[in-house]
Order: sequence, then structure tokens, then C-alpha cells
Amino acid sequence: MTDIPLLSLAIWIPIIGGLLVLATGSDRNAPLARMLAFAVAVAGFVVTIPLYTGFDATTSAMQFVEMTSWVPRFNINYHLGVDGLSVLFVILNAFITILVVMAGWQVIQDKVAQYMAAFLIMSGLMNGIFSALDGVLFYVFFEASLIPLYLVIGIWGGANRVYAAIKFFLYTLLGSLLMLIALLYLFMQSGGSFSILDWHQLPLPIEPQILIFLAFLVAFGVKVPMWPVHTWLPDAHVEAPTGGSVVLAAIGLKLGAYGFLRFSLPIVPDAAQQLAPLMITLSLIAVVYIGFVALVQADMKKLVAYSSISHMGFVTLGFFIFNPLGVEGALVQMISHGFVSGAMFLCIGVLYDRMHSRQIADYGGVVNTMPKFAAFFMLFAMANSGLPATSGFVGEFMVVLGAVQFNFWIGFVAATTLILGAAYSLWMYKRVVFGKVANKHVAELEDINGREFAFLAILAFCVLAMGLYPFPFTEVMHASVNELLRHVAVSKL
Amino acid sequence: MKLLYLIVPLAPLLGAIVAGLFGKAVGRAGAHGITILGVSISLLTSLVVLFQVMNGHTFNGDLYTWLESDGLKLSIGFLIDPLTAVMMVVVTFVSLMVHIYTIGYMAHDEENWPEDSLVRTHSYQRFFSYISLFTFSMLMLVMSNNFLQLFFGWEAVGLVSYLLIGFWYERPTAIYANMKAFLVNRVGDFGFLLGIGLIAAYTGSLNYAEVFAQADQLAATEMAGTGWPLITAICICLFIGAMGKSAQVPLHVWLPDSMEGPTPISALIHAATMVTAGIFMVARMSPLFELSDGALSFVLVIGATTALFMGFLGIVQNDIKRVVAYSTLSQLGYMTVALGVSAYSAAVFNLINHAFFKALLFLGAGSVIIGMHHDQDMRNMGGLRKYMPITWITSLLGSLALIGFPLFSGFYSKDSIIEAVHASTIPGAGYALFCVLLGVFVTAFYSFRMYFLVFHGEERFGKAHHAHDAHHGDAHGDDHAHDDHGDHHHGLAPGQKPHESPWVVTLPLVLLAIPSVLIGFFTIEPMLFGEWFKGVIFVGDNHVGLKELEASFHGPVAMAIHGLQTAPFWLAIGGVALSWFFYMKRPDIPAAIQRTFKPIHSLLENKYFFDRFNEIFFAGGARALGKGLWKAGDQGLIDGVAVNGSARLVGWIAQMSRLFQTGHLYQYAFMMIIGVFILLTYWINRG
Repeated sequence: MTDIPLLSLAIWIPIIGGLLVLATGSDRNAPLARMLAFAVAVAGFVVTIPLYTGFDATTSAMQFVEMTSWVPRFNINYHLGVDGLSVLFVILNAFITILVVMAGWQVIQDKVAQYMAAFLIMSGLMNGIFSALDGVLFYVFFEASLIPLYLVIGIWGGANRVYAAIKFFLYTLLGSLLMLIALLYLFMQSGGSFSILDWHQLPLPIEPQILIFLAFLVAFGVKVPMWPVHTWLPDAHVEAPTGGSVVLAAIGLKLGAYGFLRFSLPIVPDAAQQLAPLMITLSLIAVVYIGFVALVQADMKKLVAYSSISHMGFVTLGFFIFNPLGVEGALVQMISHGFVSGAMFLCIGVLYDRMHSRQIADYGGVVNTMPKFAAFFMLFAMANSGLPATSGFVGEFMVVLGAVQFNFWIGFVAATTLILGAAYSLWMYKRVVFGKVANKHVAELEDINGREFAFLAILAFCVLAMGLYPFPFTEVMHASVNELLRHVAVSKL
Repeated sequence: MKLLYLIVPLAPLLGAIVAGLFGKAVGRAGAHGITILGVSISLLTSLVVLFQVMNGHTFNGDLYTWLESDGLKLSIGFLIDPLTAVMMVVVTFVSLMVHIYTIGYMAHDEENWPEDSLVRTHSYQRFFSYISLFTFSMLMLVMSNNFLQLFFGWEAVGLVSYLLIGFWYERPTAIYANMKAFLVNRVGDFGFLLGIGLIAAYTGSLNYAEVFAQADQLAATEMAGTGWPLITAICICLFIGAMGKSAQVPLHVWLPDSMEGPTPISALIHAATMVTAGIFMVARMSPLFELSDGALSFVLVIGATTALFMGFLGIVQNDIKRVVAYSTLSQLGYMTVALGVSAYSAAVFNLINHAFFKALLFLGAGSVIIGMHHDQDMRNMGGLRKYMPITWITSLLGSLALIGFPLFSGFYSKDSIIEAVHASTIPGAGYALFCVLLGVFVTAFYSFRMYFLVFHGEERFGKAHHAHDAHHGDAHGDDHAHDDHGDHHHGLAPGQKPHESPWVVTLPLVLLAIPSVLIGFFTIEPMLFGEWFKGVIFVGDNHVGLKELEASFHGPVAMAIHGLQTAPFWLAIGGVALSWFFYMKRPDIPAAIQRTFKPIHSLLENKYFFDRFNEIFFAGGARALGKGLWKAGDQGLIDGVAVNGSARLVGWIAQMSRLFQTGHLYQYAFMMIIGVFILLTYWINRG
């Protein structure tokens, strides 16, 4: 098992497959491009399955490690590996890619090969981010993954796509430049190593720790996104095609959160401890402030985008209360959010494909013409508001428990999401789905077809399975999370 | 053993899945057949379990580990003890009655939907699926052995309640009411979740038995960072959850509006079972609540307020379902009062009796509504006893049970509660005694006002409807939902007579009337004074609870005879007599009173302005806050100033510097000369 370079396969199958799809050329070969893209996505997912089945949950050490020298002069290595913090995201990413290919099947009729290729390449690059153990390798993947999404928004996006794409690109690029400086500083300090694992052990005085933390905060905080650097996300979502929104929400936002766990916490633990009050404050603002903002959105996609920010606030909150419930809850929340927000964006996509509007006011009484869709949408809206027995509950519950353990009042503020989340999700659902048929466009709607049923049903299964039995998800995290927290508790000064 | 317990919840779940997902394939008969079969199996197994428990076979064990983190093991499991077993039987019995009744009530439901709606064809199956799903959720709630699963069931019944209140989702009032119900319950759940969080943080477990074993340590602990007694904080947080689910003031506002749902679910969910979950939960948590007098006083005052003031509102309602709804609120208040004075078993006892007679009253009201062709306004009824004899008799029995007439079930539970309040010494008991005594009079008055208006007196149906929209008129604070009634509430045409409902409707009425009358008489002794709840419900030595009542109890007959000489009996008789006088003898008097005491009447008519306040302050406030944060914060400050501002700044600097790069040699030369001139001036002046 260990002889097969699984992580390399998970990275390069989609990338090379994506290039092959690109090679099918113009839209004359669109059916071929679709079939090929689907096959590549499935193959990419299949190779990630042994990552779970072969995973040793008893150790916090890196597994499935691959190491080859890349640029010997600067001691840069092609160094891959996953632990309990990252393994699930590689699998989730590969899984979501299949759904994205399915979601774009009929809707995308223009530049099909390029569209599919962009998503496949992006998927491979993001697997690279989650499994890179070398600072430069990470940085390369991190930056490269911006390009496909930039293109997806800029080419297949809505009317205001250029503004959104540039905003997205500049925002995230600005952040990662500061990260690059931090990486170079760490390279110098560590005596010429780009190994992230070496940096974990590197002693650092408090002042550079704080500066490094802030540099990482800008890079990852923009990606998450944390308040107040979040405003690129609603614009990007609104303009992005459905597939772009799904990937952005399900995987894109996780990159930043993952960065905190892989870089900020273990490399500069003292700064993380000192600045935790700041992080907790920003997270709680995200939960509450953004919850209220989501409530009044007139555009469905914007509403779900804001709800994503609010849910990601739970993730960063969980990280910085430094207890296992919080961190594991945050990781669970990240995975669940991948399913739920992905599903929400797919649902909105289903409506948008038929009505070409995302305005809540243009809908009403959709259940009368699309009952099957309404049932799925109900499940996902409930999961979005954290109903028990859906995946949305598990992470929120764990983080609230962890927060109450840390400080009752932090838990108190965080728990308001129970009310706010239900308010914005159900109010939207009521206006879109319930009621009398609002206009003749709604009256002419057709219920979901087999392909749409398939991807919604798959996600519904995931949402329910994870809600009813989250044990297998958290089982693989324990060793790594405990080791991380143990590490963070030891000062590096 | 475990398998037997598993059958109880899973049989209705299976029925719900079949009827819900394969409704088209199984058809209407298939849907009601399979769900009724499921609930019947569930009832029979529950009876077997009850029998086993009576023989001392209790159970406490886990099914599977849901999650493990940080040493906190969260499981799904069952706790089967007398309290659980009784609840299981009550839930499944009422549920079965409601399932049967629904065959009749929803028989013509497709008429409620527009012709072209795809929902139309399966609404019948969908309804059965929902009520079976509800039964499953409620069973998981009562059978739980830990706080996690309790919360699961707690929210799951809330979800089904949401789906069922909004069942007729063409109606603006229904989909307003269901969202309101869900959100108000979420406010309660917010407290509940924090309570669970505190328990997990301080005990490291969510298993009942393990938590109760540490109750004394909790009582000796202060909450970190606040200095508050931890146990009081925990109990009040948990009780806030109960206030949402069991509709206690001020979180009661959702329950009257929930009457937008079809009547069978008003009986099952919003009277007999779900709304009593809060009462059940506090009774279950008695080992914790007993350690906090502060929390008990809080419970007592909230309950007493609900019991009396919600009763008042029942007096001014004209919609038959809303009268029963306010009566439910008031009765839930009585149960909460019992919890507050440590008479937990009396609360559970009243819960059980209430489940039967209130389900009966609701289903009776539903039968009347069928007979009246979906007119719910009591002002259009009158004299129905001639046309609907079974409904009439059973409703009378239910009303007598509700007002606590001696020998009826309600008498035993209500009298026990009043006696327990009388004996209690905890702060607030005096106020509570006043509320529950006056409440008896109010209960009798509104119950028989309804009874006389519906079944006796002048036949007012079949005339031009003077107040057709009565049941919508007070649905909520703003007026946008008034334009639409659908053709559902058509009422009787002139000359048309009401008719008795079919047997699927009247059979459940009869089957519910029997326990409504008898169950109190036969179960008071084991429930309140016997060994039944020993080891399940815990009463501290410092609380009186039912001890004084136990000392003077000499059997149910003696209690009934003694009841004839006490204040509650005469208050109830007074209430009945007054309603007879007002609504049978002199119908002009209520109208005159209404005119004379207009401010009071308008206060009651507007339900103490709770809805108006919530609508403006909370709903409006949240929307305004969201708009403000979005426009001023996100769009103004962050995007406007910071993001686009910095983009503009870069643009401006570039533009400015561009001015200097004209490419004209003479301009560069001119600038150089100016520069040299400035430098020279500087040097010369310095020297």
C-alpha cells in the first residue's frame, strides 16, 4: 500500500487529466470532454479512498509520505504527507470534484473542455495544498490554485464578473505575499530549511512570532474569510457559475482555515496564545454580525455566501479556544460545511438554471411545481441552520461545548447562531419555496431531472450520515489534534 | 431486550419513510395502512415494555457511540424506567388515535390545493408520513438516556411541528406561523444548548446517570468567571429550553399560531405530546432542579403566570381551536407550577391526564369543524348537540375532565397540584397559589363558554357569516396576510345542516373519552403516592412536594368527596354557572361588558401585545440591524472606504505621478530650473 504514491496520484491525476480534457479542444468535442472529465474526477476520488482505509488513526505522524529533492540548491523538496488534520480534506476535495463535473454537465455549453479542465486542475492543486509539507511547495500550490478559479469566475461568471474576479484575485494575492515573506524569514531562521515540520520545532522569540502570526493571519484570514476581510466572498460567489461557488465554498474556504492549523498554531504557538483574544473576537463578530447581514440579503447566493462566512467563524473560534472539542469541532464543521454549502449552492444553481434569477423576490411557491427539489432544499436549509441529525449540527455542537468549557460567555455569543442561522435559512426558504405560485415563470418550472437528483441525493446522504454517525470522521483526528494542542501548549520562547 | 426497545421507535420511522418517499407507489390506503400498522406495533410493544417495567425490568444502556472527543463520550441509548414507559404508552396511544382520526379528517384534503399543484396528489400520504415521523422523534426523546439524544429528539419534534404547522403552505398565515414556531423554539433551544454545554464542561459526561451522580458536586460549585451558583445557572438554562417547547410566557407566542396546522396535529403535537416535552424534561432532571431553590422559584413564577394569564386569553377567543389552544397553554402552566413546587409526579400525572382529555377536546373540535364544513368560528355554531351526538357527549366529558370535576381525571391531577402549591414554602408560592386558584375559575368559564356556544343555544349556522375571518383576524401583528383565506374555510351554506362525522373520527373520540374520565381515578395512588416513580423522580428533604397530600390521602373516592368541600370545586362550579348565565341566559351581558371595559378587552384581544412587541422589536430590530451592518459596515466602511478606497488611492497616486511624465522636454527643463531655484534659495538662506 505504501509503495503506491497515493498523494501524488491524488494531485496529478486531476491535473494531467485536466490537461487531456483541455486537449479535446473546441466545443465540437464537448461530449467527449464531459465524459473524460467525469472519468478523471472519479479516478481522482478512487485513489483517495485508500487514504482513509489505510490511515493509522493511532499516530499523529505524517502518513503516506513522499519525499524527493526538487531544488537542491535551496533545499526545496517535493515533500508530501497527510495527518489527521488534512487527510479528510483531500478526500472531500476529490469527492466534490465529481459533483462539480456533474453540476456543469448541461449548464455549461460554452468552452466545455476549458471549464472542466479548470476544475480538474484546481482540484489537483488543492490536494497539493492539503498534502504539501514543504513551504515552497505549499506556496506554489496555494498561489497556482488561484488561477483556475480566477478564470472560472472571469470567463463563465455573471454580469459583474470582472470586478469580482479582480477583487478576489487581489485580495488573496495581497495576503499571500505577506505569507511569502514569513516563509522566507523562517527559511533563514531555520538555517536553510523549507520543511514545515522543521519549522514546527524552531524556537523563536515573541516579537518575530507575532509578526509571523500577523503575516499568516492576513494570508489565511482573507481565504477563510474572516471579518473584516470577507467582502470579496459575496461578490465572488454571486458572479461565479454554480460549480465555481461549490468549489469555492466547499474547498476554497478550507484552505485558509487549514493554514492556521498547519502554520500559525504550531510554528508560532506563543503568538497564537497571545493573540487568541483577537482571533476569538473576530470569529464571534463573524458569527453574529454576518448572521444579521445574511438575514437581509435579497440575493440567494449572497445570503448563502454570508452564511458561509458566519459558519467559518465557528471554525476559527474552535481553533483558538485550544481544546480538543473546539479544534475537532472546527474540523468537523469544515467538512460539514463542504457538504452543506456545496448543496446549498447546487440548489440555488438548479433554480438559477431554470429562472436565470437569484433574487428571492422573483420566486415563491416553488414547491408546487418542484416538490422533489423542495424536499432536498428543505433538508439542506435545515442542515444549514444546524439541525441535529444533519452534519451541520455536529461541528456547531462541539464548538459550542468547547467554548462553554473555555468561557461561558463566548459560548453564549456563539450559540446565537442557533437562532440567526435558522432565521436566515428558513426565511429564505419560506419566501422561495412556500406560498402560492408567485408568477408564470414559477408555474412553468420543471422538477429536478435524474442528474440533478443524483448529486442532491448523494449530498443528502452525506449530510445525514455524518449527522447520525460522525464517529468515523472524528476518529481519525484525535491523535493529530491532541498532538497539536500539546505542541501549542509548550512555549517556544 | 434491546431489540424490543428498538422496535418501538423504528416501526413508526419505517412507516414514515414508506409513506413519505414511496407515497405515490403505495397510494393513500397503503400510506395510512403502513403508518397505522407501524404505530400499532409501537403501541403494543410499549405496553409490553410497560408491563415489564412494572415487574421491575428497567434498562439503561447505549446503542452506539455517536462521537467521542476529549474524553467526552456521546452515545445514542435508551433509559427504560417507569417514567419512560408511561410516556411511551401515552405517546403511542394518542398517536394511534390521531392516525385513525386523520383518515377521516384529511380524506378530502386535495380540495385544499390548487388544481395544477403537484403537491395536491400526495398531500394525504405526506401528512401520514409526518405524523409517523413525529411519533418516532417523540419516542427517541422520551426514551433517551442522555442529553444529546434528548436534544436530537427535541429539535426533531420541532422540525416535524414546523413541517406540519406549515402543511398547507399555500396559506401565508400557515407559513408565517411555522417559521415563528421554529424560531421561538430556537430561542429556547439556545438556552437548552448552553445548559447542556455547562453540564458537559463541569461533569465531563452527558449521560443522565453519570451527571446525576455528580449533582452534589455541581451544587457546591460556582460558575467560573461569574460567581453564580452553577446548578442554578444550569437549571435555568435547561428550563429556558422547556419554556420554548412547553410554551411558557414569554416564549408562548408560537403555540396559538400553530393552530394554522391541520387539527389532528394540534391534538397530537400541540396539546398531548410535544408541548409536554419540557415538562417531561424537567421531571427527568429532578435530581438537578431539587438542588436549586432559585431555579425552582423561577420555574414556579413562570408557570403560575402562564397558567392564569393565558387562561384569560381563552375567554375572548371566537375560534374554537384557539380556545383549546389557550387552554393548553394554561394547563402547561399548571404542570410547570407543579414542577416548581417539587411535585414532579403530579406534573407528570397531569401531563398524562391532559394528553388524553386535551387530545379528545382537540379532536372533538376537529369533528365540529368537519361538521361545520371548515368554519371554525363559534359565533356561527350553536345547538350542535342535536346533529353531532357523539362529538357532543365526548366533548362534554373532556370539558368536565379539563375543569377538574370530581372523579374525572383532571380533578385528581389539578387538585394535587393545588394542594402541593398550598403546602409549598419556596419563594413565589403565595403568588402561584393565587394564580392556580383563580385559574380554576377561568378554566371552567372559558371551557363551558365554548361548550355552550358550540353545542347549546340558538342554531346560528347556515346564515350569512358576520365574522368569517375571525380565526385569521388575530393571527399576527401585521396585516399583510389577511388577503388570503383560500376556499378552505367555506362553512355551511344557508339551509345546510351539520352532520356527525364518520366512524374513523368518532371512534378515536370514544377511545380517548374513556381514559379522560377514568385514568385519574385508577392511577393516582400508584403515581403520586406509591412506589411507581421511586428512584426516578427525586424530591429533596427540604421540599414538601406531595408529602402533606400523601398524609391526608385516603383513596380516590375519599379525595373526590373531600374535593366537594374545597375552594377549587366551588370556583369551577362558579365558572360553569357564570358561563351558563352569560352565554345561555343573558347573551347581551358579555357584549355590554366588552363595551364597558374596552381597554381590558383590547388588551386581551391583542394577547397583551406580545406579538406586536416581538414583531416590532425583535423581528423588525433584527432586520434593521442587519440592513445597518450591511449598508454601513460591509458596503460603506469595508468595501467603500477600505477596499475600493485603497484601489482609488492607488489610482489617484498613479494619476498624479502620470502628470509629471508628460514626455515634453521643455516641461522637464522647467521643473529642473524650479528645483535648482528652490535649492539655491534654501542654501543661501541657510548661510
